[in-house]
Amino acid sequence: MRGHVYASVFEWESVRHMNFGDVAEKRVKFKRMAAFLAAMAVFWAALAPQMGRAQEAGNPAAETMSVGEADARAPNVADDSLPPEEAAEGQTTDPAVGADAYQPLSPEWIKGQPESGALGFQKQYSDIGEYGLWMHNVVLLPIITVIVLLVLALLLWVIARYNRRANNDPSRTSHNTLIEVIWTVLPVVILFIIAVPSITLLVRQYDSPPEDALTVKVTGYQWYWGYSYPDNGGFEVISNMLEDGEALDRGLPPKLAVDNRMVVPAGEPIRIQTTGADVIHSFAVPSLWFKLDAVPGRLNERELTIREPGIYYGQCSELCGVRHGFMPIAIEALPRPQFEAWVRAQGGTIGEEAEEADMAEPADLQEPESSVEGAPGAGAPPTELDSPAADAEV
Amino acid sequence: MVTTADTFQAHTEEHHHEADHKPGFFARWFMSTNHKDIGTLYLIFAIFAGVVGGAISGIMRFELKEPGIQYLGWWVEFMGGEAGFDQTLHLWNVLITAHGLIMVFFMVMPAMIGGFANWFVPLMIGAPDMAFPRMNNVSFWLTFAGFISLMLSAFVPGGTGNGAGIGWTAYAPLSTSGSPGPSVDFAIFSLHLAGAGSIMGAINFITTIFNMRAPGMTLHKMPLFVWSVLVTAFLLLLALPVLAAAITMLLTDRNFGTTFFDPMGGGDPLLYQHLFWFFGHPEVYIMILPGFGMISQIIATFSRKPVFGYLGMAYAMVAIGLVGFVVWAHHMYTVGLSVNVKMYFTAATMVIAVPTGIKIFSWIATMWGGSLTFKSPMVWALGFIFLFTVGGVTGVVLANGGIDDNLHDTYYVVAHFHYVLSLGAVTALFAGFYYWFPKMSGRMHNEFLAHLHFWVFFIGVNLIFFPMHFLGMNGMPRRYPDYTPAFELWNSVATHGYEIMGASMVIFFINIGYSLVAGKKAPANYWGEGATTLEWTLSSPPPYHQFETLPVIDDGADSHRHGGGAAPAHA
Repeated sequence: MRGHVYASVFEWESVRHMNFGDVAEKRVKFKRMAAFLAAMAVFWAALAPQMGRAQEAGNPAAETMSVGEADARAPNVADDSLPPEEAAEGQTTDPAVGADAYQPLSPEWIKGQPESGALGFQKQYSDIGEYGLWMHNVVLLPIITVIVLLVLALLLWVIARYNRRANNDPSRTSHNTLIEVIWTVLPVVILFIIAVPSITLLVRQYDSPPEDALTVKVTGYQWYWGYSYPDNGGFEVISNMLEDGEALDRGLPPKLAVDNRMVVPAGEPIRIQTTGADVIHSFAVPSLWFKLDAVPGRLNERELTIREPGIYYGQCSELCGVRHGFMPIAIEALPRPQFEAWVRAQGGTIGEEAEEADMAEPADLQEPESSVEGAPGAGAPPTELDSPAADAEV
Repeated sequence: MVTTADTFQAHTEEHHHEADHKPGFFARWFMSTNHKDIGTLYLIFAIFAGVVGGAISGIMRFELKEPGIQYLGWWVEFMGGEAGFDQTLHLWNVLITAHGLIMVFFMVMPAMIGGFANWFVPLMIGAPDMAFPRMNNVSFWLTFAGFISLMLSAFVPGGTGNGAGIGWTAYAPLSTSGSPGPSVDFAIFSLHLAGAGSIMGAINFITTIFNMRAPGMTLHKMPLFVWSVLVTAFLLLLALPVLAAAITMLLTDRNFGTTFFDPMGGGDPLLYQHLFWFFGHPEVYIMILPGFGMISQIIATFSRKPVFGYLGMAYAMVAIGLVGFVVWAHHMYTVGLSVNVKMYFTAATMVIAVPTGIKIFSWIATMWGGSLTFKSPMVWALGFIFLFTVGGVTGVVLANGGIDDNLHDTYYVVAHFHYVLSLGAVTALFAGFYYWFPKMSGRMHNEFLAHLHFWVFFIGVNLIFFPMHFLGMNGMPRRYPDYTPAFELWNSVATHGYEIMGASMVIFFINIGYSLVAGKKAPANYWGEGATTLEWTLSSPPPYHQFETLPVIDDGADSHRHGGGAAPAHA
């Protein structure tokens, strides 16, 4: 046993020495090439981490979540008056616990958000996103990198080979039909290669959601979002940005965290409809490869399927006035039972009940703040920022 | 060539008294009808506007250096406002709007078309002046008045605070019901004035190029810079009236109760976007095509070799101009277009890569087999080719409607259009400036400072704009004054890049100042035998009135020399 160990160590030593020698040799051998490859590496650095990420398996939490069976008629549905985020305070990180009532996901569930110093796209959590990411990283990025490096190499070559010292007698060549045809046809071929996945991606993005898919109507207001659920009694959830301090206290990213998230079921197609109440806004969530403008007088529709439960952040992506940068989007995808619990917590209804409820009494509509005459600004402003103290700081 | 130049100078010396009789200061600079003086006015104006627009981007970059709002409030108070939170954010929107409008309408366009084209199109085609010298004057002063109107808009109410915070695209309804107050009207009026000036300029160039070419200079012998200006002038003539119509509709929607863009009255906000981008996409080619022309002249000059594939180069520009009119909706991929429309615009947009590729490869082929000297304009031109290629390939990425669903309105787009404009068009402008500055001023600039300017600028702008690709892919939207801490790293890198770029501009101004005061006198053709177009046959600076006797383009000369075989008629 002992001898074996020694032997191993010895082998390891020799291997290590050998490697060192090899590396040194290679260094000499490829010294010139290294400089050239370094430039290439910079471009590929943007690609590499993404490739790895795209391959990563889905979050194991998905299964844990689905265990939680929500009781449709739970007597202790969350108090309407209590903002869901506040209810979240001090809760356990496992959403499966107490699944009979809606509990907002804790910060551990944040999946779609920007990463500091990242070089590429955010991790994708939808089929479209994965295809788009693949198309960018595997088709487009290599092609454009090669083109840029080709042009750079040609430039460096003519600089080195055809400068006045190296070539004092310029040629008078001004035509070469063959090469002109080649550099016209070759780009056309490359564009055709790009066009195939590009068209595929477009067509997939326009897949219609099934008829019974959940509909969420997203309305852009100056400067907050309203999410209404016409299939579930038509209640509207108003979503305002949390002020920085509040967001940090809750362990959420500042400028992205909101008071009420847009809650949807995970793993099933959803019909997103967008419209603008005042000016044009744009509903965008990078980690779901989703961006659809919210235009006044128009109702845009697009299918969205979020693969797994989690929190996905986005931001308004069309200049909409003063607080354009202060109306983030937060989607909270939950397993179906938790989602239904949330709907009930909002005073909404599920499936057949919806019709019954319509007969009985109209669902509790949450009026957007802007509809109240004399509302301060429309869109509850981040209070700290409005305070004189904040102004002084500015 | 040298002998030709000498004969020609001798000719101008003979007529020195008539040729160099200049009017008094006021008449010369305020009532000018001389294309060279008007060109100089345009260049001075463009440099001034560029400093204003560049300073604005400096305010923005420093604000974005770290999360939070740091400097904007101070600027609101500086401009006489009250720095509440919303007023502070409004200033941000005013800054992005002003930066875009100034750089597009009052820096790049006046410099390229008003400045260099005014100066060198008549010289290159052997014409004494532009076809309509008085209209030329009106063009300049309309542009100037437009700039004043835009500046005024910053000091009158525009909704939440002073100034127009609508973005350079001025999308309705933010620019109509979303921005009460006279500020947006001033901004719209500014575009009317600048647009009218540009349309007049376009008419002038088309007429000049079609009617005033020297005997023997056929269209297919014109220098490529003249070709580029001809194509640009047609783009201006066809695109600008559409912009004028769109912003006039904005104006009536704002003030006279029409509802072109208001769904409440049966209008559609997207109509504005279609009209705007029908102008807006040709506009980006308006900004880059004259740059293509300049780069072609410079590459040929410093390779001592005629341009490779002259006809291909000329008609590639025509093709870019034509296709440029049928791709506008790629700026609108996320507004809710149907799948077929998106497919069409994806395909049409990618087609533009083909003529653009022809130009890049032809420039390289021009250098291939040449005898290259690396004078400052050549170094800038080489930088242009590389930077424009980087900006071009990200354009191919964005052309894909499906990919754009993620990248639309993010910093990736900002990176893309700054690579083709700020690093493309502006690099071409500096190349042209160093190429022709001694011709215009009669004084040589300092080559060392010009090279230093290039390298510092090159490093600076790449540091500013390359990280923006990362920010965009990571999801940072455009037009944001503040951001979540995850975006801080690349934003602070970009701000450091701005500091370096700013230092390069100091070098530039030192160089101009030095040259004007102590620069060596420039001979007629200071770039040597590679410089074959007609402006090199004239003194530096050229006589106040040139070509009183028209030069004749020698039919016997190699037709590929393109304006090289000039000889004065009396010789």
